Amino acid sequence: MLFSVQVEVSLREGVADPQGATIERSLPHLGFDGVQGVRVGKCIRFDLEAADEAAATAEVEDLCQRFLTNPVIEDATITVAAASGAR
Amino acid sequence: MAPRVGVVLFPGSNCEHDVVEAVRLLGGDAEILWHGDGSVQGVDAVVVPGGFAHGDYLRPGAIARFSPVMEAVVSFARSGGPVVGICNGFQVLTEAGLLPGALQKNRGLKFLCTTVELRVDSTESVLTSSATKGAILRVPINHFEGNYTCSPETLAQLRANDQVVLRYVDNPNGSVDDIAGITNEGRNVVGLMPHPERAISPLLGSDDGLPLLSSLVASAAAARV
Repeated sequence: MLFSVQVEVSLREGVADPQGATIERSLPHLGFDGVQGVRVGKCIRFDLEAADEAAATAEVEDLCQRFLTNPVIEDATITVAAASGAR
Repeated sequence: MAPRVGVVLFPGSNCEHDVVEAVRLLGGDAEILWHGDGSVQGVDAVVVPGGFAHGDYLRPGAIARFSPVMEAVVSFARSGGPVVGICNGFQVLTEAGLLPGALQKNRGLKFLCTTVELRVDSTESVLTSSATKGAILRVPINHFEGNYTCSPETLAQLRANDQVVLRYVDNPNGSVDDIAGITNEGRNVVGLMPHPERAISPLLGSDDGLPLLSSLVASAAAARV
């Protein structure tokens, strides 16, 4: 089955995020006064062929641990769904 | 015969020739190690130089660590061989698991290109053995992601084992505990953000990189025996 995967990589809680802090500091200049807790991450999307959803999730978790994130400073949030128009 | 120092070349490395020049100035033989070769060619020490290996895509060092040459560098280091990672090379060594912690974006989000003062806090490593403990060295930095970070447990361990070999006198990038360079428990692997190879002559503004790189050449000579 083909699965559509989305990995959101974010800095772990407690790790300083200078990009997020810079965005947050600049928002009041544009008149957005109520924004707080800005954190910047990245989103990685791909398709994955796997036997079932559990197998797909296990493979993506391994991929995140070994390559897509640096576990010292980053966390991954994984979303796996059957790809539309699955073969 | 002069000790042989191998300098790894990734696509995007840009400090490899500076390291080669510095090693030759100090009486060592220097040669380039191609990232696609799964061997360190029998050298006595390895330097992973600065630059932007594989464009720093994903994260600095994240892709470079999977290069065939890195497998050879990791096993060379695990068997006690002297390995030094400078700047991007430091990032590669943390990604490869040879050194603990990680390098994140500088506090203040500025790319820093300036000369800083470093204090030698331990002379027990392949890069600081010929330096003087407590000495202040003027060495350039040139990085965007040089803000060293690690877990509180790792930091406690680094301090307890005297593994922080170099600290910034005036912390430029937000690194925890002013860390500029660390060594592993075996003291044969060192990573640092500053560029000692760019401080090898008064003509370049400083020759304070020499005690560091001569330590490496001496370690290479010792590894050869």
